[in-house]
Amino acid sequence: MSAPEFDTSQRTEPDPGSEPESTADLTLVEAVRDGLRTELARDDRVLVLGEDVGRAGGVFRATEGLQEAFGRDRVVDTPLAESGIVGAAIGLATHGLRPVAEIQFMGFVYPAFDQLVSHAARLRSRSRGRFTCSLAVRMPYGAGIAAPEHHSESAEALFAHQPGLKVVVPSTPADAKGLLASAIRDPDPVVVLEPKRLYRATRGAVPTGAHTVPIGEAELRRKGSDVSVFTYGAMTRPAAVAAEELAAEGIDCEVVDLRTVSPLDRERIVDSFEKTGRAVVVHEGPRSGGIGAEVTATLQEAALFSQEAPVARVTGYDVPVPLHRNEDFYLPAAVRIVDAVRETVRC
Amino acid sequence: MSTTRDHPEYRLPDPNFHRVQLLDVDGGVRPDVDLPAIPDERLLAIYEDMRLARRFDERAVSLQRQGRISTYAPIRGHEAAQVASAHALADDDWCYPTYRDHAAKYVRGMDLATMLKAMAGHGDGYRIDEDVRVMPEFIPIATQIPQAVGAAWAARLRGRDEVTLCYFGDGATSEGDFHEGLNFAGVFDTPTVFFCINNQWAISVPRERQTAAATLAGKAHAYGFQGVQVDGTDPLAVYEVTRLAAEKARDPAAGERRPTLVEAVTYRQGAHSTADDPSTYRDGVPEKWRDRDPLDRYETFLRDAGLLDDERVAAIDARVTEEIDDAVDRAEAARDDPEAMFEHVYAEPTAELERQRAELRRLRERYGDAAFTEGW
Repeated sequence: MSAPEFDTSQRTEPDPGSEPESTADLTLVEAVRDGLRTELARDDRVLVLGEDVGRAGGVFRATEGLQEAFGRDRVVDTPLAESGIVGAAIGLATHGLRPVAEIQFMGFVYPAFDQLVSHAARLRSRSRGRFTCSLAVRMPYGAGIAAPEHHSESAEALFAHQPGLKVVVPSTPADAKGLLASAIRDPDPVVVLEPKRLYRATRGAVPTGAHTVPIGEAELRRKGSDVSVFTYGAMTRPAAVAAEELAAEGIDCEVVDLRTVSPLDRERIVDSFEKTGRAVVVHEGPRSGGIGAEVTATLQEAALFSQEAPVARVTGYDVPVPLHRNEDFYLPAAVRIVDAVRETVRC
Repeated sequence: MSTTRDHPEYRLPDPNFHRVQLLDVDGGVRPDVDLPAIPDERLLAIYEDMRLARRFDERAVSLQRQGRISTYAPIRGHEAAQVASAHALADDDWCYPTYRDHAAKYVRGMDLATMLKAMAGHGDGYRIDEDVRVMPEFIPIATQIPQAVGAAWAARLRGRDEVTLCYFGDGATSEGDFHEGLNFAGVFDTPTVFFCINNQWAISVPRERQTAAATLAGKAHAYGFQGVQVDGTDPLAVYEVTRLAAEKARDPAAGERRPTLVEAVTYRQGAHSTADDPSTYRDGVPEKWRDRDPLDRYETFLRDAGLLDDERVAAIDARVTEEIDDAVDRAEAARDDPEAMFEHVYAEPTAELERQRAELRRLRERYGDAAFTEGW
């Protein structure tokens, strides 16, 4: 759909070849910044808006330097109003721009929830395809950085439950850049959850220049034969630690990073499970009604006869995230994953 | 907290033309002002609490730097606005604070050690004693505003003579909840004092980029009640304006609406929080505001009035420092039970929560608590 004010004809350049020419060693938050900078540079319809994203460069410095580079009209400090930010972004998107809205912490997204689920998610459906909403909404999520209340939420299931929204959760710097770029270019609204515990905890090779990672594709992080560990985002790290510890005792874990929690890569999930016959799902959001339930149901529907043991869930508990003295007891620590895998393999 | 006083009649002035100030910048009484009759004990109590607020703030920032508490929201520059407004309430009145209103909560009866426990990450830090009429701090912005209106509405419905004072910042006036709350207050004529501490900054966004309106107080007009702007570094003016607003909420004149929006204009001298670096978006504190330190100004006034001298200031300082030391000791002695996270989620725990609690207990017994911090 194009509005008269904006020429929305092809402005994007084709990506360079699939082999990236070079990589840079970046932290996850640096990769986010690199992704934003690249997309702002390659498509002048892209704009970044949110609280403190401009002059201050974002509370996590994810947008540092972008306002200086692209100006106040493209990297916009907004008033303090989440519904306003997302609602305005929907309007911008509907009329030819490519907004990337930042919600400062996932725990503050709820005023914008109505805009996201009632409007962004169903604008295409409600208008029978006449209007679309190409919108990326970034938000840092998750616990583990000793943050105050409402700064540690992992509420991805709320968004994954909403038809019309896509929800991606990177766990590596390269995926953070690539999934963000895909989200910005996607014709539909995409919620991009950034694991803030990994912002500076992880470094990795990130392709320089334009780089995308397909939405909806899980990634095999570790090949294994005994049990499939399905996880994403910040929990890929304790899952990897647990897999190494278990390998030392002779249990071979396959670790699958979902990367997109809606739509799920059901094919890869089922493939892995058909090979191992055992599954442990790990996420930090509360257990009931979470992504783990959806993965488990998928396995029941598609691969019941491959199943050798009950599917285990290692998740946050069904409680508000505790203040930081006790958040380690709330989060799926590696020890909990090890314990669950041992129990699963024993069956 | 209520005292009987004989006050001259102050009309709340039009915010577009006047900012209520009783003290001049240096702490003298402004020549055009008839000073309200505020009892000496109250004047001194406000000073003591402001002194405590300043010392507590310095201590909390230091504790955060040492890693003994987590993120902390400094209050330097807010002492007069918080302390004097909280003093203007009656004992039965309610208070809805933000994450920055530690001093107001203290004045309303919250234990310092409890507040420090929350800052140190103990869930028990959110415990509020039965006789303390303060809500838990509100961290999402402006969410307390409609709730404070509901609380004040409840007072009317239940025939109680209670006022609800709701704190928020300049940034909060951009949120939908601000507008919805004020609109309800006007429509249902609730005894609410909306107390906006305009410190000029919502993290990095200056007041001018928050709203195109000339004043925040003026926004009240759209909802049919009075707004008033007050010098937020002048404790006498803050006290008097808040007292009058609370009085009006309890007992409005004919044709007068109960709610008031007070905009206390001050300046956030420090960072938004200890996680924030203000040098990325501003060049220090402007001279105009550095010279308007609420504590210095008020101390000058009290000395001129013969209520303070060096000896009393030193004694007050020693007493508040001791009180803070004691609170830090008590907070640091706190120990949390990890299983407490399963309590108070519902009035009665669900079967699933009991299962999850048992799961955590089994894991702790099997692997020990230290195992939960490993793997990062």
